[in-house]
Amino acid sequence: MTDQAINESGSESVRSSTVSDDAFRGRLKRRHAADRRFRLIGLGAILVALTMLGIILVSIVGKGYTAFVATEIMLTVDLDRSVIDPKGTGDPAVIGAASYGKLIRDAMMAAFPEVKERRKLRSLFGLVSGEASHEIRQYVLDNPDAIGTRQAFWFPADDNIDMLVKGHIDRKSAEGDRKVSNDEIAWVEQLEASGAVRTVFNSRFFSSGDSREPEIAGVWGAVVGSFFMLVVTLLLSFPIAVMTAVYLEEFAPKNRWTDLIEVNINNLAAVPSIVFGLLGLAVFLNVMHLPRSAPIVGGLTLALMTLPTIVIAARAALGAVPPSIRQAALGMGASPMQTVLHHVLPLAMPGILTGTILGMARALGETAPLLMIGMVAFIVDIPSGVMDPATALPVQIYLWADSPERAFVEKTSGAIMVLLGFLIFMNAIAVLLRKRFERRW
Amino acid sequence: MSQALADRTARTGVPDDDIAVSGRDISVFYGEKQALFDVDIDIPRQQVTSLIGPSGCGKSTFLRCINRMNDTIPGCRVTGELFLDGEDINSPRIDVVQLRARVGMVFQKPNPFPKSIYDNVAYGPRIHGLVKNRGEADEIVERSLEKAGLLKEVKDRLQEPGTGLSGGQQQRLCIARALAVGPEVLLMDEPCSALDPIATARIEELIEELKANYTIIIVTHSMQQAARVSQKTAFFHLGQLVEAGLTERIFTSPEDERTQGYITGRFG
Repeated sequence: MTDQAINESGSESVRSSTVSDDAFRGRLKRRHAADRRFRLIGLGAILVALTMLGIILVSIVGKGYTAFVATEIMLTVDLDRSVIDPKGTGDPAVIGAASYGKLIRDAMMAAFPEVKERRKLRSLFGLVSGEASHEIRQYVLDNPDAIGTRQAFWFPADDNIDMLVKGHIDRKSAEGDRKVSNDEIAWVEQLEASGAVRTVFNSRFFSSGDSREPEIAGVWGAVVGSFFMLVVTLLLSFPIAVMTAVYLEEFAPKNRWTDLIEVNINNLAAVPSIVFGLLGLAVFLNVMHLPRSAPIVGGLTLALMTLPTIVIAARAALGAVPPSIRQAALGMGASPMQTVLHHVLPLAMPGILTGTILGMARALGETAPLLMIGMVAFIVDIPSGVMDPATALPVQIYLWADSPERAFVEKTSGAIMVLLGFLIFMNAIAVLLRKRFERRW
Repeated sequence: MSQALADRTARTGVPDDDIAVSGRDISVFYGEKQALFDVDIDIPRQQVTSLIGPSGCGKSTFLRCINRMNDTIPGCRVTGELFLDGEDINSPRIDVVQLRARVGMVFQKPNPFPKSIYDNVAYGPRIHGLVKNRGEADEIVERSLEKAGLLKEVKDRLQEPGTGLSGGQQQRLCIARALAVGPEVLLMDEPCSALDPIATARIEELIEELKANYTIIIVTHSMQQAARVSQKTAFFHLGQLVEAGLTERIFTSPEDERTQGYITGRFG
């Protein structure tokens, strides 16, 4: 049939098969099978990635959600005037200096009158956190009228008791294998039976700084530290990076020097962050003598690191603005600066902001350079400015992960969840910006 | 007045004030490559002059010399003299910003700013400081839209984005935007190549109306369009100005063989 016609025409004689014979159909089948396999492999890759992500999230959330609740123990404390203010002066200095620990101990002994042995008494007193006496002191200072009355207080439980109540310590295991003694378990069960134990939302976790005591340690200090650091980073890197990108993209001549600068900026983006940390240590601490562990140094260092990321994102965004807009503006007699400020930059801004937010998210999660400039220090106070000693969220996670206490395990996971929360929030803003300002021209 | 201009006047006998733009020995180089060779041309005031020729013949390049848009292309170099009302536009005394206000341009693809219709038209007067208050701006916007024949269609939606208009309306918006600055010369670089025949007809009518007040230079690929709208036609080929003259003469009795070949469709 047509085979012959083609052969006769001469031009198609090299063909040994046509698109309708059986051999072709066989090959077609194999091609479709390969197609399906390719798609399945892709699907498999996504499944593997999702599984990994799922495992990470489940393990973090599974370990960490208990960090958001805290165990409290109720004690009825006799605010004994003879202990707090024996002379009745009413002077806050006297009241503040009183031994509130004794009030707690008295309350404990009153609650468990059967315990007499010194050693046992000491572990009994350890049921509530050392923070309890501070809380009473603060309460009395705030309400001097309460002196001489009996009040019921909910105190944070000691971290081991907290773990016991949350079920992280197995009550049935051998006594030597756990941090809590049989006596302590018995007391806790007695308290539980009388309704003097409760778990509440752990507001302390979100409002206090770091502490050696896991039950009163919180992420707020680290959050504030990270915030100050990011403010410094943003204020520095954003304007410098945008100006760099605008100059390189809109004004600079294309020659060997600008090529060199471009290559170096790309290289800079790939430099390991620890190297920026060393640079920060050498320049900001050793040469400029800025304070150690301060957000300003962290921010400066992270600004160096974020700069190339934003420059690259901004250049890409500027490059995506169609040349017809520039021509239109220049053709109207707009000066090059007016062209950039009135038209190109506003159109590129969503892209630039997206890149900036992603850069900032990376800076927020960065740990290594901060270790080099001393932000790894143990800092209890909430920083009140960029010059105060501070720590940052990822460093806080690193510090807690390194701590031996069982209770810091959940704190670590809790802090990771807070950090991930911020990162997801920032990325969501980036996605939103992109969606919101997507333009067709 | 320069010697070249005086020579030309002596040669042609055309009084200078009838000539809006004249080029002498214009050559343009993109890097090493020469795109335009020694073009000598006179473009009459308040008429439509069309530049025709096959793709890559240098007609757009020449057009872009007139408002010095070639300056924005890296590696582009222009030699020769180009006079606008007897002034050399390449002389250091000429400010390119002012030049571009005097010589408006409409591009091949409609390129309104992604702003409101109002802001598109008001942009030029604003950056040049031609309007002092909202009322003056309103008036200029209205008048420019009227001149561009767009006012009726967009009167009630001046605050809507200019990019939401149809292609032909966008192109007329771009013309209105150029007119708002009050130019003397209007350059049009294939203004209808992205438009349908009806929108094209509308633009051609507009050109017909505008020529009373403006010197219009239009680059076109459509010889019918050149024949319809222009009084003068210049034919470019391979970077050279082959022939220029009255449109009627170019299309009926071209002197050059290449012109003859092009207009009869043998190449291009």
